[in-house]
Amino acid sequence: MTDSLLPFAVFFASIFTGNILLTNYLGMCSFLSVSKELKTSTGLGMAVIFVMATTTPLNWIVYQYLLIPFGLEYLRFIVFIIVIAAFVQLTEMTLERYSEPLYQSLGIFLPLITVNCAILGVSLFMVIREYTLLTSFFFGLGSGIGWFIAIIAMAGIRQKLKNAKIPPGLEGPGITLVIAGFMAMAFMGFSGMIAIS
Amino acid sequence: MVVTLLISIGIISLISVFLAILLVIADATIGNYGVVKISINDGSKELEVQGGQPLLKALNQEGVFIPSACGGRGSCGLCKVRVVTGGGEYLPTELPWISDKERQNNVRLSCQFKVKQDVAIVIPEELFLVKQFTTVVESIRDLTHDIKEVRLRLKDPKEITPKAGQYIQFEVPEYELTDERVYRAYSMASSPDDKNHVELEIRLVPNGICTTYVHKHLKEGDEIIINGPYGDFFLRDTDKNIIFIAGGSGMAPIKSMLLDMERKGITRKASYFFGARSKRDLFLLEEMHALEEKMPNFTFIPALSEPQEEDNWDGEVGLITDVVRRMVSEASNSEAYLCGSPGMIDACIKVLDEVGVLPENIFYDKFS
Repeated sequence: MTDSLLPFAVFFASIFTGNILLTNYLGMCSFLSVSKELKTSTGLGMAVIFVMATTTPLNWIVYQYLLIPFGLEYLRFIVFIIVIAAFVQLTEMTLERYSEPLYQSLGIFLPLITVNCAILGVSLFMVIREYTLLTSFFFGLGSGIGWFIAIIAMAGIRQKLKNAKIPPGLEGPGITLVIAGFMAMAFMGFSGMIAIS
Repeated sequence: MVVTLLISIGIISLISVFLAILLVIADATIGNYGVVKISINDGSKELEVQGGQPLLKALNQEGVFIPSACGGRGSCGLCKVRVVTGGGEYLPTELPWISDKERQNNVRLSCQFKVKQDVAIVIPEELFLVKQFTTVVESIRDLTHDIKEVRLRLKDPKEITPKAGQYIQFEVPEYELTDERVYRAYSMASSPDDKNHVELEIRLVPNGICTTYVHKHLKEGDEIIINGPYGDFFLRDTDKNIIFIAGGSGMAPIKSMLLDMERKGITRKASYFFGARSKRDLFLLEEMHALEEKMPNFTFIPALSEPQEEDNWDGEVGLITDVVRRMVSEASNSEAYLCGSPGMIDACIKVLDEVGVLPENIFYDKFS
């Protein structure tokens, strides 16, 4: 594959074959707790797309131009977390002030995902896989979309599940995890389409 | 080694300082809504508050208390306020508590709604009188095997001006049954004349958060936060005859009303039916008989539904509804004031209807 196509390959791969939630099982806590309704899941999913697509390139810049030159790569965990937290806070304030409709739909979810492990995970994978800035952006965007698809699929299933008979021992998170497992297996069907590395 | 240490500290500090400055600037510009005006009830009161905070908090700071059981977490749905102008869109966190009708009237959940511009709101007039009080437990005594009388001395502010029959909210701190502060409503049993004290009558409910706290943990000298007064259960200013009916700790607001009548020299004809199971559930009999002495037109009628043999009871026997039906006839010129469990109140309203009390003259305070 030529280098110029790599960003797009990564983009599709991070949605389907290397879905951050279903193959790496990252971001499970909000996935399990907020997937009860389609509407709230959509809001949370959109917020995750936005934050992943923006913080991943941001962290790339900080990593390449601040941490590597000084040989401080091992500080990336703490630095990434600080950057993500500050950025999310800033976005929330801006939305609250200037865009009522966006704040209504995304704003209340932003604080929830500041410390979502999927967000940090994407930034860390970006470092391990040595992506360029452009590829990092598409990787962040794709991972966000992948997470979004996974949570709305789960919400759709759970809404139908309300009327289903579930063994008492499996009610709640139990059955949700089982379904997440099935979904992960279904997504395995995509593997081999594009390899992500 | 030292150099690496210094560099890493330097870089982390640099990033943190940069982000901190960015956030401080953002807070001072984007997050600064300036001073906004809250106009209450068509301008009968104007407040100037810092913008950007929840309405409930802004009002609290200015000494206007909206009843709220959860303390502003958006989990009780009580702190509703009508926002006439400056409301904007509903937040997802408000919607579960707001009915369609309330939506048309712009009723908002004041703990979630943030004041970002000048707003005009409408609240019940009596909420202006509501304050938060720090109190000290002056005495606790057993009225019966499961009802305690708690007397609170007001410390800050020192005076309360309730109407007889109103209630306050009692703040229960975190303890083994609750991991957050909760608020429970109790009627005041004290005379409104006694402005420095509040008396409550609290019956132990198994596993009740507040009642267990009061019965098992509260000691004399403890500090307790209350807020109030609230409620529209008070004596109406008419010359109709009065029928009081209460059971258990429903005694509290009725006692307050009677003390108030005695003090003001109100001589309306009044009968007080008090229902209990057996003699061990009766209390304050001497006080009530003393009131009968002082007020010639007042009769106290305690009734037992299940008198025990050792009670040697020669008073009324039967459910309170049966006693009322037996003893009251033609009561179209009467007002009724009821306080007790929902079951008792519903049953009493039926009986009162049978004996001719008009529905608009029946007032009650239901335990819930």
